[in-house]
Amino acid sequence: MRNLGIICFSLILIVLAGCSQPPKPSNKIILWHWMTDRNDTFQKLAQEYQQQTGVEVNIQLFAPSDAYSQKVIAAAQANVLPDIYGVLDKKSIVADFIKAGLVTDLTGAMDADGGQWKNSLFDKALADKSFEAGNIYGVTPGIYGVPIDVTNEQMLYNKRLLAKAGIKTPPQTFDEFVRDAQALKRVGITPFVSGWGELWLLDCFASNYAFNIMGEDKIFATFRGQVKYTDPDWIKVFSIFAQLRDKGVFIDGIVTKGNKYAEQDFALERAAFAFNGSWCVNVYHDMNPNLDYGVIPPPPISTAYPLKIWGSAGSSFVVNGQSPNKDKAIAFLKWLTAQDQQVVLARETNNLPSNKQALVDVSPILKDFAKGMDQSTHPNIWPLNEDPSVSEAFDKGIQDIIIGDKTPLQVAQEVQQAKDLQRSRGSI
Amino acid sequence: MKANRYIFWGMAKSTFIHIFLMSVALTCLFPIFWMVRCAFMTNDTVFVDQSIIPHHLNFGNFALAWTKGNFAVYFVNSVIYTVCVVTGIVLISSLAAYSFSRLKFPGKNIIFYLFVAAMMIPLPGSFVALFVLMTKLHLINTRFGYILCMINVGLSMSILLFKTFFDKMPHELEDAARIDGCGKIGIWWNMAMPFARPAIAVIVIFNSLNVWNEYILATLLLGDSQLMPLQRGLVVFQGANSTDYPVLMAGLTMAAVPIIIVYLFMQKHIVKGLSGEVIG
Amino acid sequence: MDQKAKAAALFKDNLQNFLFVLPAFSIFCIFYIYPFYKMINLSFYDWRGIGPMHFIGFSNYQELMGDRLWWNSIGHAGYITLIALTFQNALAFALALACDREIRMKRFYRLVFFIPPVLSEVVVGLIWNWILNPETQNGQYIGLLNHFLYASGFPQLVHNWLGDPKTALTTIAIVNSWKGFGWGFIIMLAGLQTIDKQLYEAAKIDGAGAWKTFTNVTIPMMLPVILVVVILTILGCMQVFVLILAMVNEGLVHHTDVPVTRIFSAMQNTNRFGYACAQAVIFGMILVSVSFISKKLSDKAKQV
Repeated sequence: MRNLGIICFSLILIVLAGCSQPPKPSNKIILWHWMTDRNDTFQKLAQEYQQQTGVEVNIQLFAPSDAYSQKVIAAAQANVLPDIYGVLDKKSIVADFIKAGLVTDLTGAMDADGGQWKNSLFDKALADKSFEAGNIYGVTPGIYGVPIDVTNEQMLYNKRLLAKAGIKTPPQTFDEFVRDAQALKRVGITPFVSGWGELWLLDCFASNYAFNIMGEDKIFATFRGQVKYTDPDWIKVFSIFAQLRDKGVFIDGIVTKGNKYAEQDFALERAAFAFNGSWCVNVYHDMNPNLDYGVIPPPPISTAYPLKIWGSAGSSFVVNGQSPNKDKAIAFLKWLTAQDQQVVLARETNNLPSNKQALVDVSPILKDFAKGMDQSTHPNIWPLNEDPSVSEAFDKGIQDIIIGDKTPLQVAQEVQQAKDLQRSRGSI
Repeated sequence: MKANRYIFWGMAKSTFIHIFLMSVALTCLFPIFWMVRCAFMTNDTVFVDQSIIPHHLNFGNFALAWTKGNFAVYFVNSVIYTVCVVTGIVLISSLAAYSFSRLKFPGKNIIFYLFVAAMMIPLPGSFVALFVLMTKLHLINTRFGYILCMINVGLSMSILLFKTFFDKMPHELEDAARIDGCGKIGIWWNMAMPFARPAIAVIVIFNSLNVWNEYILATLLLGDSQLMPLQRGLVVFQGANSTDYPVLMAGLTMAAVPIIIVYLFMQKHIVKGLSGEVIG
Repeated sequence: MDQKAKAAALFKDNLQNFLFVLPAFSIFCIFYIYPFYKMINLSFYDWRGIGPMHFIGFSNYQELMGDRLWWNSIGHAGYITLIALTFQNALAFALALACDREIRMKRFYRLVFFIPPVLSEVVVGLIWNWILNPETQNGQYIGLLNHFLYASGFPQLVHNWLGDPKTALTTIAIVNSWKGFGWGFIIMLAGLQTIDKQLYEAAKIDGAGAWKTFTNVTIPMMLPVILVVVILTILGCMQVFVLILAMVNEGLVHHTDVPVTRIFSAMQNTNRFGYACAQAVIFGMILVSVSFISKKLSDKAKQV
């Protein structure tokens, strides 16, 4: 029995060892992705593409995105990445993939025919996987990714609940927002919900106001270590959360709330305002088709600088730098982001298309979201980013303020300590 | 009089025990009831309709989950993986545990403690090493590779459990078998394995559940969707952003049925008074 | 028999005995030792999962020693484990004893107690989020627990269970115990079946009461099985994290951090694979020593 097992095992090893092949060009390209909600549409489009061109596109879904990321990291190590894939990580990690030769520079393809492909797509979406000249990552400047769709994060308001509290127009300033929240509370309505158990969403909200209060130059100077987090402007950012806490604006349990639960709360009219991304249109529609709501940027607190929202490519694909089928992969992505296919994707998945001409067919609320792209920014298009360990201290510190454990000043000092620690570690 | 009081206390005691068991049982039944109930609703009523039996029963979710989740393929795959892995684990770990418990060879204790220690040490980042290893062995994207990995996952715990039970086996049993001319393999198969039947049942249940619900390793090691296990079908309903709760619940309900059947089948072996039988 | 033949026979015997272990050992070596070696190796490097690796010696370990969040997270896991060891295992043992008797609906109970371990984490997360929901809508509590407390006349007990640092970890520990007691239940039930019925009868003949029989027969006979349950509980609870993600996402500040969430955070949020591996090595060492101590303790208990 056991001998048999061992013999079988070694036999199979030998047999399998014999059948490895080096990759060679073929009429089949493989694509890895993580977007469960778009898988059916991708499959359908891939079939259509095969009928048109004879090139088979094998779409493989690996979800959830955490598992997908692990797979990509592991496959990069074993050098078995597919022809087309996506890197769901920070810009610095994308840079590492590029430097390892695992991502093709698409600038040439984008600029061909007078930049036809490039011009059809949203600039902010392209910037997500582009590297400027002189970037701090040491990557050859160029465009490295093809955006499939765009997203941005804004504030939603429930028109019915606002009317119930006698509010006619959504707030234009932060003070109005706080005042409206009080009016809502008086009629027993929870003012605000967001999935701040997911730190990035909290970080996004704080970042919007940081742009509004101090402008991008000062933010980047802080990242470089030239401005301290104990600066009055940063304390003002932290104080926003203390103020909203004191005024009872947040829904109970906001700091441990997953975004799915936050979306449920807003869809079921348990809160009047929400802070969420443009994908929410789809989610709200599924849970409550009759929900009457509108979208506004978070109301600014200062007039010093414009408030910026986060907006960029929702998802991008890159082409494997070592793929023998590079040209075919690029051709497929070009087809996938052309107007007709983008219209299909936008319609069937309710996402904002990355192709500007495909906006014709989307719902009015998504169009409102799209307007926000003009005032959008994103960590992936900043020249540099804060160290993740400092970001963690920053986001967790804000949670501490919301649950009333710490004051803005205490948090500012702790974040600065984390910054100092990171800088001392970096200098070793 | 005395007899009456005895009956009274007996009844009071058993009522008390039943109240205790029932209250725990209710907390266990509530979620499964909720899950099945949700499976009959639609996405826009699932969080709104608070009635115990939903007003409008929607039976379509099960069919939808079956087709949309590609369950036909994934179910078969999961059954293959579960049967292979569990059989493998039971055979391999019981052999090893028998040797650790009853036989002698140099280095026995060290190897045993290696197994137990391995169970304790989490291996984050091991997925990179495992992936590279499996690629080198050409076991990536194969059923066989995934099965071997899953056997490895369940091995330590099963060996520990088997050894605990083998240790309790009376020596007379073994001696009697030896006199009857049984070899070591014979004693393992004819004496030790029947003796450890409750342990086998526990190990089968534990590992079946583990393999049935496993998803991360499958995602990492398998690429072809034709090879994927059942959990892959369930993931489809949990989009990155939107979740189709009723269909998901229908899928989860269907996915839970085989495990409950395995449990029902196996728990009989936990129940039987075995030691008495064997000795008698 | 001369010396040589004896030695040869002994060698053959040892080899035979080792062959029993060989299948397990070879799978273990291939699929465990290599990743394990890689992990130890990586813990001495600064590596982001991709790109160049920098050897930094013991720096990761040095930093880990002073990492307050890390040691707190071990404390949290220890607390969850402690609750499981006492509350969960006592519950499991009591239920197993009750179901070992000849009572009605035995089969029903045996089936039902195994439901929580079978349930998907998705369902557990959804259910408990609903039960513990702290919100109100139109003046009514949405969460079942708060609704129940309010309706049954204890409005002062209404609480944001997961949102308060004082109660969050205990709440998680109790849910974790609920999810896990089914395992202890069936293992102990299996253990109870192997106790020789004659021992009980002998005790009865000796005139021992129910309590005496329990302490003199059941407990000593169950010790090894209890030890296995204890070790498995320690393992399961120290490494709990899916449940925590399902209940509080990335955590209530740092009050609900456990080692595994810290390790994942090091890998995914800060891309520090080397640091994550160092954490895992230290964590593994702690677990091995805890299990070793619990084994020693049970050996002592056996001798008494």
